[in-house]
Amino acid sequence: MTLLNIKNFSLAINDKNILHNINIKINAGQVVAIVGESGSGKSMISSAIINLLPQGAELSGEILLNNDNLLDKTEREMCLHRINDLGMIFQEPMTALNPLETIGAQIMEAIKLTKPKIGSKDLQKEAELILEAVEMKKSRFPLNTYPHKLSGGQRQRVVIAIALSQKPKLLIADEPTTALDVTTQAKIMKLLLKLVKDYGIGILLVSHDLAVVADVADHIVIMKNGKVVEQQNTITFFKSMKHSYSKQLFAAAKHKLFEKNVSVCSEIILEVQSLTKEYDLGNKKTLKAVNNVGFTLKRGENLGLVGESGCGKSTIARCILGLEKFGKGKIWIGGEPFYGQKELRHCINVVFQDPFGSFNPRHTVERLVAEPFYVLKKSLTNFEKRVKVAQILKLVGLSDEDLKKYPHEFSGGERQRIAIARALITEPDIILLDESTSALDVIIRNQILDLLKDLSIKLGISYLFISHDLTTVKNITNRVIVMKDGAIIEEGLTAEVYKNPKHEYTKSLIEASPDITRAIRRKEENNNENTL
Amino acid sequence: MSSFLLKKIISLIITLFVATGVIFILIEVVPGDPVAFMMGLSGSTEAADALRIELGLNVGPWARYVDWVWGMVNGNFGISYTYRVPVIELIRERALVSVPLTVYALFLSTAIAIPAGLISASRRGSLVDTSFMGVAQLGVAIPNFWFAILLVLFFSTTLKLFSASGFPGWDAGFLICLKALTLPAISLALPQAAILSRVMRSSALEVMNEDYIRTARAKGLNKNQALLRHGLRNAMIPVLTILGLQFSFLLAGGIIIESVFSLPGLGRLVFQSIVQRDLIVVKSIVTLLVFSVVFITFIVDLLYAAVDPRLREGN
Repeated sequence: MTLLNIKNFSLAINDKNILHNINIKINAGQVVAIVGESGSGKSMISSAIINLLPQGAELSGEILLNNDNLLDKTEREMCLHRINDLGMIFQEPMTALNPLETIGAQIMEAIKLTKPKIGSKDLQKEAELILEAVEMKKSRFPLNTYPHKLSGGQRQRVVIAIALSQKPKLLIADEPTTALDVTTQAKIMKLLLKLVKDYGIGILLVSHDLAVVADVADHIVIMKNGKVVEQQNTITFFKSMKHSYSKQLFAAAKHKLFEKNVSVCSEIILEVQSLTKEYDLGNKKTLKAVNNVGFTLKRGENLGLVGESGCGKSTIARCILGLEKFGKGKIWIGGEPFYGQKELRHCINVVFQDPFGSFNPRHTVERLVAEPFYVLKKSLTNFEKRVKVAQILKLVGLSDEDLKKYPHEFSGGERQRIAIARALITEPDIILLDESTSALDVIIRNQILDLLKDLSIKLGISYLFISHDLTTVKNITNRVIVMKDGAIIEEGLTAEVYKNPKHEYTKSLIEASPDITRAIRRKEENNNENTL
Repeated sequence: MSSFLLKKIISLIITLFVATGVIFILIEVVPGDPVAFMMGLSGSTEAADALRIELGLNVGPWARYVDWVWGMVNGNFGISYTYRVPVIELIRERALVSVPLTVYALFLSTAIAIPAGLISASRRGSLVDTSFMGVAQLGVAIPNFWFAILLVLFFSTTLKLFSASGFPGWDAGFLICLKALTLPAISLALPQAAILSRVMRSSALEVMNEDYIRTARAKGLNKNQALLRHGLRNAMIPVLTILGLQFSFLLAGGIIIESVFSLPGLGRLVFQSIVQRDLIVVKSIVTLLVFSVVFITFIVDLLYAAVDPRLREGN
């Protein structure tokens, strides 16, 4: 039975066309995935269904929920639909919960909206049950827990619990796992799938990554520039996709091993020796964020540092950059001991995760990219600086015209190119890439990875690539280090570690990272079982 | 929680201690000899020396500082040079006017500003919003003594509802005193309410774009419910900061309004004491004001913690 039927739906915001003539159907118990790049309008569909659109939105067509057009509803009626029929989970779990209220209060508020007359004991019991349903044990996460005590994955579970507590008929999940670690992502996806089965609800899953949805979706809708370019049953889709954009997305979701001939140069340019960093938690407790970690990086080599959030990889990055004092251990850069002194800083530069947050919005690109010049000993004239900046911009695929522009005039991928240009400007030996591609769409991510590969071969730079995602790391590194709880648990050539992981944890990381080939295979197996 | 409180209390004490030092030094370097002022032109040297001994001004600055601080710790602020009564009496009498006036004004300003700010935010760009913010603009721009005079002209002279000035003293009865303080409180409250409502509005607008408001809306709360249940407390932090500053400002800063309405408040006492070189009174009042500022900040910090569970843990 058709649960949701989006018919000839178009949307314009302030006279700008966002969506054109969209037709999508969702049945009860079915998972429909909308896949497309950011800006394709996919998130606007979910906002339109639940009618939480920005001001100035003009809609046409129909969105039928059980043959009842949601677009005709008044705000009051829509509130009732949000309470009784529609649930929603969002991309950013860190900010999706009210920081001042306990998770229990936030869940109970949702339940109370569906059952205004429920007694407080029953209410509490029901909230506890729903938390159990999203695999949050009562003993560890009592109702009076505040959100800041929870990790991103746990918070996302609470958001899911809030949505589920109202027993929705349709659950809209807008990039529900994009902000999470791969292992957490896999768990959340599994949970969502289980819920569809247990509760028989329909799910609209919005994502930019085909690999993520391939496993769970029954039906795939590909969107580009506000239009549906192709939609199919998942298995048929992967067998016979037609549109060139679908193929592009598919190619981006596949990963190839990175092969770079490191002309095995024995020169060690970065050495970290028994690095230990402790944080004081108060009450005489300490947290060993990094525990006795040591590794080396040779010239021209690309080293991956992989692990879940909280494993200490970013702390290591901050120590290497001289942004944080470390307790025990030593760091050498180019053979010299490094403790944050300015003289060595030009040897190592960094590209961070958030391409927008890492720029001052009021500076031009020229000024942003030229900034690291101040660590150089000799001072350059303005003309020399400009020439240099223009050269570097060309190298990362931008042009002279971009010199005078401001960060907001660029797309996410272009901004990350600017960040790379800024890192390259002092001609460093090492670039530290801290989750530098995690915030990007798959296609853009691949373009940036290609650029990085190119540069590393052309310029002979070494990368220290930090990520939670083994597949991304696989794309760009020769060697990889796997970390857990502040310590190194496995180390080796990337290809080797990926083929024969020794440690259980590494296996689980590989298992968790979205792999489209594996997903399709699994999907087909399931399908065969069902038809047999 | 206890360590949070302890840290705050220690920093409170240190701040006060530093403040007394600064006040003492400032008063020391201010030109003008209180003894010469009190003796007038015809005083003899012997009489002046006797007076110095009587006032405790014959010893060195260090001893005087210790004396002064120790006296205050024991509740003895000294004797006013000009009025010849204990300073604490003077202050108590005046504070009985100033503190209620400040509380009254702040109450009015909060009662006006918070709803006005919230309504403006939830109907951003509407006629209501524009007119509220227009009035607020006016409230900031109008000098409050002039507004006070307008109030007197209208309510006292024309309508004869309130007396134009003076304070009957609390013996006259609570309501009568409240009535006497009403016009001054309104004139003090207007600019504060204007500022506060703008802060409330922008803070609420910011909060309304937060993800958790969207979560609340997705649960099925309507816009106003989401704002009141989830937005208000989150939006209160900047408002509390401003409120704390306003309290301290009003406590001593009411001098112009006190003058317009002839109220015997702290502001006027400070002014008179400065003119008469009654330095012991000046020192004491300034210290008390610093104490109240620091104390209010302390209370505001506690309120932050009450609002935000993350602050309770002391990070």
